[in-house]
Amino acid sequence: MDNVVEILLILISTIFVTNFVLARFLGICPFLGVSSRIETSIGMGMAVIFVITLAALSSWLIDKFVLIPFDLVYLRTIVFILVIASLVQFVEMVIRKTSPALYNALGIFLPLITTNCAVLAVALLVVQKEMDLFPMLFFAIGASTGFTVALILMAGIREHTVHARIPKVLQGTPISLITAGLMALSFLGFAGLVRM
Amino acid sequence: MADSNVASSEIAELEPVSGASWLNLREVSGDLVRGLWEEIPLFRLVLGMCPTLAVTTSAVNGVGMGIATAFVLVSSNIMISLLRKIIPDMIRIPAFIIVIASFVTITDLMMAAFTPELHHALGIFIPLIVVNCIVLARAEAFASKNGPLRSTADGLGMGLGFTIVLILLGSLREVLGNGTWFGMPALTGIMELFNYEYQPMIVMVLPPGAFIGLGLFVALANKIEERRKGKK
Repeated sequence: MDNVVEILLILISTIFVTNFVLARFLGICPFLGVSSRIETSIGMGMAVIFVITLAALSSWLIDKFVLIPFDLVYLRTIVFILVIASLVQFVEMVIRKTSPALYNALGIFLPLITTNCAVLAVALLVVQKEMDLFPMLFFAIGASTGFTVALILMAGIREHTVHARIPKVLQGTPISLITAGLMALSFLGFAGLVRM
Repeated sequence: MADSNVASSEIAELEPVSGASWLNLREVSGDLVRGLWEEIPLFRLVLGMCPTLAVTTSAVNGVGMGIATAFVLVSSNIMISLLRKIIPDMIRIPAFIIVIASFVTITDLMMAAFTPELHHALGIFIPLIVVNCIVLARAEAFASKNGPLRSTADGLGMGLGFTIVLILLGSLREVLGNGTWFGMPALTGIMELFNYEYQPMIVMVLPPGAFIGLGLFVALANKIEERRKGKK
């Protein structure tokens, strides 16, 4: 029972309270770059959830069974970025061979994910916080779901703002940033909901 | 291996002919200045948002992050420009990432040793310089095509431009959100002269302040650019 409560707390806190995009500022580039239509952002979000969970798991395993026993912890950054880059390539190849439908849905987003800093951040955070296997997995799922939620919300707003009359200097990036700021403001309402 | 030796000796022979080009001061200064306004990161090229928004809760953090990024930018630009003829085209992106990651690790360890407080304040965003799009973008777009000197100038210009934006945003957020500037009383001091107590706008040091502040700065940069174009 305790474990279930703990997992629920991890999920709520990563999705809402410390949302990866709006409170921790991770993965801003795809958040501002991709999210202009709801369907594409759902596809992107699913791909991110998939890759982040796999990447966190594999870098956690490598950290536990290779880097720590051989006292190579200072190589974390280099090793993790290589793991993530090759993992993304590998996942892309596997999906292309095994499931064309899934590839059509997620494929174009996969190369973009390597440069999504949220992936490397989750991998680094779970080893820095020395999490166990299950909290680690749910942290990764929660973090990426939080990213997806923010992405879809943003896409919903963007679909409406394209019809709005925006002053010329604010068009493009500035208005997206200010919209994100207002979203972050509303997400501040979740602060204090869970203390981690 | 033999092939690459031949190639490099050929280039060494060829270079004196076009020798003026790699010491062309105007070109080098052009590369340096371009990063300061024309292609200033964050305002004109929307790259490297995450660390910008996250660490600029104070001006000092902005300076630290800016210098760390500039160091990585310059050193990886030099390294990649020196290696550009050796790295095969097919695997250039992974090779660039390894070079960048090595310099980021060096920065990370140096900061942990010499500036532990700043290292703690910037936290996970130091290793995340690896995935800062600016660094890879400059490696791919500039250093892989140009000589070491011009790449150094480019890295320095971009790094300085990035640092300036970080300091601007950090100052805005610190002055409004905390009333201080680089830890000195700024707004609080001014208000004290008039016997008022400054009520900090806490929202500015919280996440929304970062987004809105940067949004307004980009809008301001757009406005200035519009004016400049109008004058021409």
